[in-house]
Amino acid sequence: MSKAFIEVQSAEMVFNTKKGQFHALRDINLQVQRGEFITLIGHSGCGKSTLLNLIAGLLTPTSGVLLCDNREITEPGPERAVVFQNHSLLPWLSCFENVYLGVESVFGGRELKRKLAERTDAALELVGMTHAMFKRPHEISGGMKQRVGIARALAMEPKVLLMDEPFGALDALTRARLQDELLKIVARTESTVVMVTHDVDEAVLLSDRVVMMTNGPAATIGEILRVDIPRPRSRVELAEDSAYVHARKAVIDFLYTRHAHVEKAA
Amino acid sequence: MVSAVFHSPRDHLNTPLAVALPTAEPVLAEAPKPVKPRRKFDMNSLWLRLLPPVLGMALLIGVWALLTQKGGSFPTPGMTFDAAVKLFADPFYSNGPNDQGIGWNILYSLQRVALGFGLAAAVGIPMGFIIGRFDFANRMFSPLISLLKPVSPLAWLPIGLLVFKSANPAAIWTIFICSIWPMVVNTAVGVQRVPEDYLNVARVLKLSEWKIVTKILFPAVLPYMLTGVRLSVGTAWLVIVAAEMLTGGVGIGFWVWDEWNNLNVAHIIIAIFVIGIVGLLLEWLLMAVAKHFSYD
Repeated sequence: MSKAFIEVQSAEMVFNTKKGQFHALRDINLQVQRGEFITLIGHSGCGKSTLLNLIAGLLTPTSGVLLCDNREITEPGPERAVVFQNHSLLPWLSCFENVYLGVESVFGGRELKRKLAERTDAALELVGMTHAMFKRPHEISGGMKQRVGIARALAMEPKVLLMDEPFGALDALTRARLQDELLKIVARTESTVVMVTHDVDEAVLLSDRVVMMTNGPAATIGEILRVDIPRPRSRVELAEDSAYVHARKAVIDFLYTRHAHVEKAA
Repeated sequence: MVSAVFHSPRDHLNTPLAVALPTAEPVLAEAPKPVKPRRKFDMNSLWLRLLPPVLGMALLIGVWALLTQKGGSFPTPGMTFDAAVKLFADPFYSNGPNDQGIGWNILYSLQRVALGFGLAAAVGIPMGFIIGRFDFANRMFSPLISLLKPVSPLAWLPIGLLVFKSANPAAIWTIFICSIWPMVVNTAVGVQRVPEDYLNVARVLKLSEWKIVTKILFPAVLPYMLTGVRLSVGTAWLVIVAAEMLTGGVGIGFWVWDEWNNLNVAHIIIAIFVIGIVGLLLEWLLMAVAKHFSYD
């Protein structure tokens, strides 16, 4: 049990809103192994982003414990880097400066400026953004912004990469390309990744395990599907792969048959 | 569309066919054509941009000339222009404290505005940051600001005279107190509207408090702050004229009052134009600064 890299033990999350209490998550138990790629999938409002924010430390659970590398998660930190849904690059800084800000915060105490700049360069090269490093975020496309967001996270050499629907706002083709690149980067860096998504194909293509969540309020983990497809995975070959089709069917079945989303009147 | 049709045969038939040449030529001949109407269009838009403001000015001067045609105490545009030429021929003379060139008067007024406004910025902007950042401070100061903001600037002048026992600091005090509010309020609103995402980034990156202020809060608030500064400078320039009329000394406001006592109406009209133009220049200057710091 203690081998798990990230461990969520019976976490509960209750928000105090103006309309009263909102019970978002109940009884969440999850273990993530080192080097594992996990996706959280579920209908909107099921609390998957809340769970990610708990792991990030941006939220503290109402009850329960979260551990990362056997230490309790009490606050956010660069060892659990977050790639935000809307990239969240600072618009007044260039791509280089955006990445450098994180690098400086993590390594600034013990490394020279030149080394920090090298790290920044390397991270931008990893995501193929060297050509635009001195551009401001509003001068580049949505896909490029998200690449820089990933570079910012990776440059901090995090223990875990937390991604909150990182490709949600992108068009299908750009999304596919970034997914492929993410697969390569993760293979190279051997990162542990927890990713929130609502895209079934994305979940199955990328993950080792797909964590499927029930509908809120008081959502919890409904089922965990192991995706036993050898890596490196190729999107084209997988399209007809029976394991892939099977896994995809299982997720769709969970989401649309057993836990179909019912829109409630607010 | 047309050029696409012309291009495609040329691209496909790279062999020097006899047909290729005549098709190539019309393309070249036609290419400059769309440029010409565009240039004409530019002239048009230039006209359209220049004409209305010029017409507006002409209307103002025309009405003015028409109304002063019969003579009377009000000078005609021509007389005013002549007076202005004479006045601006030597803007920086000095014959004692009550008779100085218009240049000096403007500069003294600007100096008071700069001092009062500078002090207001030095106090108001940090205050806005505190009010925006801490809810307690917000609820503490909001009623005070709501109470004091609508007070006419000149109501503060007697307090200034009482406290400082001198006209010049009293005028600066008046500028200070009425130009501080837009900066406080706008800065506070700016701080409150810093996107939550940016603050989350700061938390994940574990930025130091100093970095949070310099790299996130300050740049995010800057556009709001500059709006406040612009409003403040406008108010300050409005107020200085009135304040100087009451306090005297060298300054454009006092100059207007002095010329009224001399019954030199032409000079009063010139002063009105000068005050307007200086106000406009201040506004433009700050607009340019604000544009420089907008990120989208």
